[in-house]
Amino acid sequence: MHQLNGMTGALIGSAIVAIAILTAPLYVDLFQIMQLTVFAAMAVLALSLGFIWGYGGILCFGQTSFFGLGAYAYAVAAINFGDSTPAIALAILIPVIFAALLGYFMIYGGISDVYLGVITLTVSLILFNLVNSTAGDFYKIGDARLGGFNGIPGVPTFNLPGNSGYILSPEQAWMVTGIALILVYLGLRVLIASSFGRIIIAIRENETRAALLGYDPRIYKLITFMIGGAIAGFAGALYVNWGAFVSPTIFALGLSAQIIIWVIIGGRGTLIGPVIGCLLLQWLVTEIGAQQALDANFILGAILIVFVLLVPKGIAPTLRDLVMARLARDKPMTADTTTVKVKT
Amino acid sequence: MDIAIIVGLDVVSGIASLVLISAGLAVIFGMMKIINLAHGEFLMLGAYATVLSVSAGVNIWIAMLVIAPVFVGLVGVIVERCLIRFLYGRLVDSMLATWGLSLVIVGGTTMIFGNTIVGVSSPLGGFQVGAYQSSLYTPFLALMALLLMTAVFVVMRYTRAGLIARAVMQNPDMAATLGVNPARVYMATFGIGAAMSGLAGGLLAPIAGVVPTMGAAFIAKAFITVVGGGTSILWGLISASGLFGFINQIAAFLTTPVFGEVILFIAAVILIRMLPTGISGRFFKGRL
Repeated sequence: MHQLNGMTGALIGSAIVAIAILTAPLYVDLFQIMQLTVFAAMAVLALSLGFIWGYGGILCFGQTSFFGLGAYAYAVAAINFGDSTPAIALAILIPVIFAALLGYFMIYGGISDVYLGVITLTVSLILFNLVNSTAGDFYKIGDARLGGFNGIPGVPTFNLPGNSGYILSPEQAWMVTGIALILVYLGLRVLIASSFGRIIIAIRENETRAALLGYDPRIYKLITFMIGGAIAGFAGALYVNWGAFVSPTIFALGLSAQIIIWVIIGGRGTLIGPVIGCLLLQWLVTEIGAQQALDANFILGAILIVFVLLVPKGIAPTLRDLVMARLARDKPMTADTTTVKVKT
Repeated sequence: MDIAIIVGLDVVSGIASLVLISAGLAVIFGMMKIINLAHGEFLMLGAYATVLSVSAGVNIWIAMLVIAPVFVGLVGVIVERCLIRFLYGRLVDSMLATWGLSLVIVGGTTMIFGNTIVGVSSPLGGFQVGAYQSSLYTPFLALMALLLMTAVFVVMRYTRAGLIARAVMQNPDMAATLGVNPARVYMATFGIGAAMSGLAGGLLAPIAGVVPTMGAAFIAKAFITVVGGGTSILWGLISASGLFGFINQIAAFLTTPVFGEVILFIAAVILIRMLPTGISGRFFKGRL
């Protein structure tokens, strides 16, 4: 019953946000629409880590690997095919295959959280170096030159499926990105409410217990990891669609850190938290970029330290707990019954 | 024949630089079971300390071998007192805090010194192998790696401090009941680990471009080495550096340095699949 109420709330909230997204071009100027588009693409990326870390308990420090692979896959495919639809499919498929391979070695190897975090981070560092070194004519896939440090400019942006001549306008691209964010959010909500979602949460809480109940934690964690890779790859395609450009900095350490910070400050174990954290931080970084005195990395690092030390749960769960405590104080009877329920 | 000597020298230098850049990380990981994500920034601080001291007129050897480790060691102790000690028992959070620290140090250094490359010239000359030219600095690095490992071995094996360190490593609770204060051991560990990173940074200063973001160029290899080696400080580090240094240099010789790194990584991931606790988790269990 409670779960159902939560779901209804999510649907109503999503519908309101969807209306806001679709009507935004009427009262927001084009520059801000462009900015909101990249914020929304990054929020999809935040959801991917929020899902695998907050629900799957997989500490992935290198979610940019999948984001970047998705972005590059989209760019290379879009240049070769001249049509964005198969390119988006590849932007999801290639990160999934990569996540499956990497996840197999890590998860079936049974390595600890600390190792998993470090290895995923190392992957993103190495992909950065690798893609950075692909300058020159030798490194090209079909018609797409990888361009090394300079990246790939002039990537075709989204077109209407089945009609590669009809390129979406910036307003339409914004609507597609915003609606994609809502759909990914709702999809993950449904997934978490399903039996698969219950099982991965059980594994996060206690892997041995879940295994004794007959669920193989390894395959569930691997699938979770692959779903995270798919969403991050999709976010990569949305990102390239925004800028029509991709460069190796997409794999850089700074972005990996930012994704972690979004999820930490938003709150692990929620989906709305990472989205809020992402939007807040993106806005903050844009503001910092407008002045010269303070370095963005400095502020981001300080925020991360403060949250780890003082607000380890993040904004969304802390607020929820505060609201719950307030409600419990107002209605002591309800609070008592809830406590009893939890204990039994 | 000459090329064989040169490749052999490359392999030795590859192994030695892996030992040097990973030693500080390995000490902290072996003792505290956390990966210091600000490791690359400790290297960078060591390099900056060296460059700034040299430009202030200090002898380069004193700058590299004394000032860099002492300075970064002090930074390490301060970081442990102000940050890490609040997060004992929360492994993941302490790693995240060091990541935040890494960003703060990069950002702070950029604000102070700007994003430009500074450097010092290499203090030793070169020598000739047939038609090939090589730098004397390479064997010097190998010698330093050897000395560092010997020092770690002697301290850990024959001194009272080493005994206490080994006891805390094996079982912190048991050590605490016997009157050792693990918190103080951890503080010292973090300081010494940071000092080793500072030393490595100082030694790298003449052969690397010193910029605020230089740490990122080294941490990938350092992480792989420590994860592959496992928690045993000495044998884990030596075996992993030996194996990965060899693979990396041979692969780099046959392809490019970047592909060498990729091949190194693939080898490490396969190794981790077979030995999830690293080489030392399997072969040197419970050893130094």
